[in-house]
Amino acid sequence: MKLFRSVTNKPWERKGIIGGMRPEGAFNTDAERVALSFFLIIASVVFSLFTVSYFIRMELPDWQPLAEPTQLWLNTGLLVASSVLFQWARNIVGSGQSNNLLIALVGAGVFALLFIVGQLLTWQDLQAAGLYLSSNPANAFYYLMTGLHAVHLLGGLWVWSRSTIRLLSGAEVTDIKLSIELCALYWHFLLLVWLVLFALLANT
Amino acid sequence: MAYVPLADRDHEMEMHHPHTWIGKYVWSQDHKVIAIQYGSIAIFTGLVGLVLSLLFRLQLGFPESVSFVDPNFYYQAITMHGMIMVVYFLTALFLGGFGNYLVPLMCGARDMVFPFMNMLSVWVFLVSVIILMASFFVGGGPTGAGWTLYPPQTAMAGTPGHDLGIVLMLVSLAVFIVAFTMGGLNYVVTILQYRCRGLTMMRLPLSIWGIFVATVLGLFAFPALLVAAIMMLFDTLLGTSFFMPAVLESGTALDHNGGSPILFQHLFWFFGHPEVYIVALPAFGLVSDVLSVHARKNIFGYRMMVWAIIAIGGLSFIVWAHHMYVSGMNPYFGFFFATTTLIIAVPTALKVYNWVLTLWEGDIRMNVPMYFAIGFIFTFIHGGLTGLFLGNVVIDLPLSDTYFVIAHFHMVMGVSPILVLFAAIYHWYPKMTGRMFHEGMAKLHFWLTFLGAYAIYLPMHYLGFLGVPRRYYALGTTEFIPASAQDLNATITIAALIVGISQLLFFINIIWSLRYGKKADPNPWGAASLEWQTPDTPPAHGNWGDQLPTVYRWAYDYSVPGAHQDFIPQNTPESEEPTVSDEHFDPDTEKSLANL
Ligand code: HEM
Ligand SMILES: [Cu+2]
Repeated sequence: MKLFRSVTNKPWERKGIIGGMRPEGAFNTDAERVALSFFLIIASVVFSLFTVSYFIRMELPDWQPLAEPTQLWLNTGLLVASSVLFQWARNIVGSGQSNNLLIALVGAGVFALLFIVGQLLTWQDLQAAGLYLSSNPANAFYYLMTGLHAVHLLGGLWVWSRSTIRLLSGAEVTDIKLSIELCALYWHFLLLVWLVLFALLANT
Repeated sequence: MAYVPLADRDHEMEMHHPHTWIGKYVWSQDHKVIAIQYGSIAIFTGLVGLVLSLLFRLQLGFPESVSFVDPNFYYQAITMHGMIMVVYFLTALFLGGFGNYLVPLMCGARDMVFPFMNMLSVWVFLVSVIILMASFFVGGGPTGAGWTLYPPQTAMAGTPGHDLGIVLMLVSLAVFIVAFTMGGLNYVVTILQYRCRGLTMMRLPLSIWGIFVATVLGLFAFPALLVAAIMMLFDTLLGTSFFMPAVLESGTALDHNGGSPILFQHLFWFFGHPEVYIVALPAFGLVSDVLSVHARKNIFGYRMMVWAIIAIGGLSFIVWAHHMYVSGMNPYFGFFFATTTLIIAVPTALKVYNWVLTLWEGDIRMNVPMYFAIGFIFTFIHGGLTGLFLGNVVIDLPLSDTYFVIAHFHMVMGVSPILVLFAAIYHWYPKMTGRMFHEGMAKLHFWLTFLGAYAIYLPMHYLGFLGVPRRYYALGTTEFIPASAQDLNATITIAALIVGISQLLFFINIIWSLRYGKKADPNPWGAASLEWQTPDTPPAHGNWGDQLPTVYRWAYDYSVPGAHQDFIPQNTPESEEPTVSDEHFDPDTEKSLANL
């Protein structure tokens, strides 16, 4: 590993230029991608801590398991579709083309929006069944964790909307390539988080 | 895909040179202006924290001498003092202030990677401070739950600020975390990706290593506080029971049931312990550079220092429960956390040895920053040793929640980092402003602060041994606390007032010198690291003129045998280096050469 090798250097022994003609980053990629990777780790920490809190809280006597709405299966399908479409968009820009890019991109966003609407519907169903935020800790966690996940998705949609608008107003594919690639990465991450959350909520 | 580093992107990046005053100093994306903004907001907030501490010290030393310091205000003051100093002052000043100023300069970059996000960071930070300060003006006042904000008492009617105060505190923390994350991503990515040509990670000054690891700690530890704050906000505002147990308030049951206060403590300290190193690591880094420059010697054991910073950073995530020994836990847990806590002392002690060995046989120049740096070594050893006491469960149990703990963490996290901050401000002041400060005034400031700090905190260790509890408005009468403890308290208060007032010397000095100070040399201390090699002093927008620097060596080439100057700047190529020998030399014979 390059990073590891670099921290085992003895800097006082070597003088002169180390590296090539250009400044070298620790990772051979764009700064934006490094920043996003860090952000994904931070978001994972947030979700993991909620999960740990969930398990700890679950052990306490007043916990009543929640029967998750079946609608969640449909919602999961929507999110998977969104992720798949993003991957498609990513492959398109990766191969330097622009055919169907708009379809893939808009489709990805629309499915993500549908997912959020679907999540809101589950909230409505729960409320209709008299299961409010404060009724039981399991409900509270349900609202909290799905809400937080949706907020992350909304943040992604903001970036998505900017790229889509740029594409619509005639930007070159190369100009939005990076942001589409990063969005795709972020979407896959959120899908993964959702699958873990879903498994957690459904099995407890 | 092709990787285009900053240097080659310059033409694309089109540094945005603002022309209006507002563009230059208010909505600025220049890391140096942002650093000053961050620093000023942090110092202002710190002054509020200082005034609060003097007010509650007056109550402790001279009970009921100040009419508005009633029990409620006392609790509000200690709470706000603690949170302000730890988060809004030290964290913001070290990372937002010094991180912003030094990272691009020491990495040989023109600015941060994401200047716009950097600007957002400082304004969001300002918003968090405003929200925090607003709590002084709402009904019920700020929260008085102690800076640790333990539930359930945060939300109970007996605690001042249990309705609006605590909500504003939690919201302000959440906003702060957003600001910190935006800034933190900038520092980390800039250090990783935007170093100039030839500047490998192991050629970075230790300041950058300290700031780097501390920022990573912050990015991964603040989420725990965020999670805790969100759940507590839900508990207070929306009636959930994440943390709130079934509890009676003046005889009536509250609407909560079954929550776990201990869960909050775990989350809080999972943030809280790394947080102390978020403050300590940048201080470790900055002080290493100050010591090395003014001792005209390379830092002793550079690689060890880097690894120690990384090791401390990693270990700091697995020691948090040493703050919870008295909360009760499985004895095996206690054993585990005591062990990890004591292990963290190993890399810490190593750093202390290396600072002392850096001084050993150095050509020490007793400049003002050096006073503060050496003062730091004293106070830090002192506070570290008391940490070892507290790390052991059986010793901690009687000492926990007494003034011994107050003394421990003020030596180690209050006085020590603040001495480093002063060292760093005096050290970099000539670069930041282009002026020299007044030496005599600065030295007087040092002695008053250093000796005063001992006068305040040394007696507190003794009060702690007596069993004087912390967070008590008044001691009342007990068998185990002799009446003379009150005399000690009065003495401490007088010392605190003197130290507090003597900080005026610092402010007068740096403000007066801005205008009337001697014009500073671009590199008055003869330092080798990059920030002193900028074409302009103070550095202009974009830092490096037309060409980015190229680095040929590490940042610690001081008193190199055979060199005609006692330092060689990082950007001096070998060919221009006037040495008489090659790089592999025998230190003993070289020494005589150096004296030629
Ligand atoms: C040698 C290493 C250290 C050890 C073994 C150590 C150990 C401890 C222990 C066991 C406690 C809990 C005391 C109690 O509440 O009963 C404590 C409190 C504390 N320590 Fe340390 N510590 C060390 C270094 C540091 C450093 C470097 C800092 C900050 C820069 C620091 C800041 C604090 C703070 C802020 C508290 C008190 C928090 C509170 O209760 O309000 N410690 N320390
Ligand atoms: Cu700790």
